[in-house]
Amino acid sequence: MTDGIFRQLLRRPAGLTVLVVLGLFYLIAVFADFLAPYSVTDQDLRSTFHPPTALFIEDGRLHVQRYEMHDGENDNAGYRKVPGEGSPISFFAEGRDYRLLGLVPMNRHLFVVEGPDRLYLMGSDQVGRDIYSRLLHGTRISLSIGLIGIAISMCIGFIVGGLAGYFGGVLDNTAMRVTEFLMAIPGLYLLLALRGAFAEDFTPTQMFFLIVFILSFIGWSGTARIIRGMTLSLRNRQFVLAAEVMGQSSWKILWIHVLPNVFSYLIVAATISIPGYILGEAALSFLGLGIQDPSVSWGLMLSQAQNPQVFMEGYWWFLVPGLAIFVTVISFNVLGDVLRDIVDPKQKFLRT
Amino acid sequence: MTDQTRDRSPTAPLLEVRDLTIDFQSHGRSQRAVDGISFSMAEGETLAVVGESGSGKSVTALSLARLLPGPPECSISGQILFRGTDLLACKPHEIRRYRGKEIGYVFQEPSTSLNPVFTVGYQIAEAIRLHRPEVTDVRAEIIRVLDLVGIRNPELRWNDYPHQLSGGMQQRAMIAMAVACQPRLMVADEPTTALDVTIQAQIIELLRDLRTRLGMSVMLITHNFGVVSGFADKVIVMFRGRIVEAGSVEEVLAAPRHPYTRALLACIPRIGQKRRRLATIDYAAIERELREGEGGA
Repeated sequence: MTDGIFRQLLRRPAGLTVLVVLGLFYLIAVFADFLAPYSVTDQDLRSTFHPPTALFIEDGRLHVQRYEMHDGENDNAGYRKVPGEGSPISFFAEGRDYRLLGLVPMNRHLFVVEGPDRLYLMGSDQVGRDIYSRLLHGTRISLSIGLIGIAISMCIGFIVGGLAGYFGGVLDNTAMRVTEFLMAIPGLYLLLALRGAFAEDFTPTQMFFLIVFILSFIGWSGTARIIRGMTLSLRNRQFVLAAEVMGQSSWKILWIHVLPNVFSYLIVAATISIPGYILGEAALSFLGLGIQDPSVSWGLMLSQAQNPQVFMEGYWWFLVPGLAIFVTVISFNVLGDVLRDIVDPKQKFLRT
Repeated sequence: MTDQTRDRSPTAPLLEVRDLTIDFQSHGRSQRAVDGISFSMAEGETLAVVGESGSGKSVTALSLARLLPGPPECSISGQILFRGTDLLACKPHEIRRYRGKEIGYVFQEPSTSLNPVFTVGYQIAEAIRLHRPEVTDVRAEIIRVLDLVGIRNPELRWNDYPHQLSGGMQQRAMIAMAVACQPRLMVADEPTTALDVTIQAQIIELLRDLRTRLGMSVMLITHNFGVVSGFADKVIVMFRGRIVEAGSVEEVLAAPRHPYTRALLACIPRIGQKRRRLATIDYAAIERELREGEGGA
């Protein structure tokens, strides 16, 4: 059933496109260390707010343009090209050490600058860190929060909704009142309140899981309600009765007979909800409550773009993470829409 | 009777229902669906339960394996003795041993009784794994059971999804699921109602065949006297939650005593009868007749 959905997805241009885009993003997340010339914390205080560097070819090799600081008119300091000078770039060269997938020790990189100059494909930030490298590394947290968060909240949603729909009665009532309570509170305030309820000092890993936990805590209620409704209608289908008649236990009936029948809905709902998690993480980090230095996420990078200089001086490259969030969110939304069309061409019972 | 019911002498009935009463509560009102019925079935016997819709026959069938919702929605009193054990006194995990293994069910609508997302073979395998863990070659057993219920080319069809089968085939698959657990008692709740007439005859023929080959008892729930006559040993007629008539099929069909049974029999159209309005059940007339009967007695 699910491989049928996948095949249909590949047949639709929109589906294929977003699948390629998202696939690329997740590949980047996995191979960020290989693709990025610098590490997340590698800084150079002599080249802060550096614009994207120019490249030129000399002796058949690609070179990074050399820049020098200058004091322009009206106290406008800036960078000026030093004509004809630069450092060559070598591909698949050895550079700083890292572990591929966190396991395999490696030091090969896609490209490495040999010389004193630094390569800023997307400029540098206020302490001279390479935004391109940080963007690639930020992909990891920003995209995995969506996947892990959605996995957790879909599980909770299925278990709570399934049990409520299957057993009914007091359990159903209690579960539904809880979900209503959660849904009645505006999401962002609940997010802030939950975040505020926890202490400040967390290691980056703890912070990551705290954010995932908070986002899933908010996210499961809608899924639970819909799963409950679907279970309720499946409950009255005779094959559930037939399984019960056969002596199957309630857990197994939920697992074997109900889950596969709501699975296509779960896939669609998950895809459509992932952007909410990515945006949630971005919002928390933007407000300074989420991911913090030294780890990096797109939201955190955007919050660092709050620096007034960014707008006064037109440092547009600080907003590249926003573009990345935009593309990801749009892609997941389109993917969700296409999936919904495939799974359920008639009804429009999903709230996007 | 209390001590005699425990022994398993050959004369002890397979199933004995005593004073079974079932009430449903909804919106603060209590509705009596079954009103103090008693009947029994011997091993290998076929019992037909006849009645119109709403007469309580399906509820009775479901109550045998405690498949009705629990209190407060529904309350059951009385005794259901299956080979001497009172099923109504069993704990929920004990009753699961009876479901499928001892009492198998076949329902009216085969198209909804099979899970649409799994193959027929998978669903039969579920039944086999659940109740017959000793079976090592599950695939061979699936094919054997499908062959038993008359599905042609079972080695090709066991991997089909329910929607790939016709209605009659689906019902055969349902029966295969029930038979796979080797139940002592098969409860068939209007197994032919959703099927067309020629298939109905085949399914009834299949049930008859399985009964003799597997030595099962069959409880057939139907509103169709035509099915009853060639199939059942005993018949009980239910009307408004009560058993109004019980006896061997020959007796009841030849000389119905209760006015409702007579009315029900009169409803069956016969081929070759003159064109006239089809008979319906005139409840007012039945009640009048019953009152007169009571007055006379």
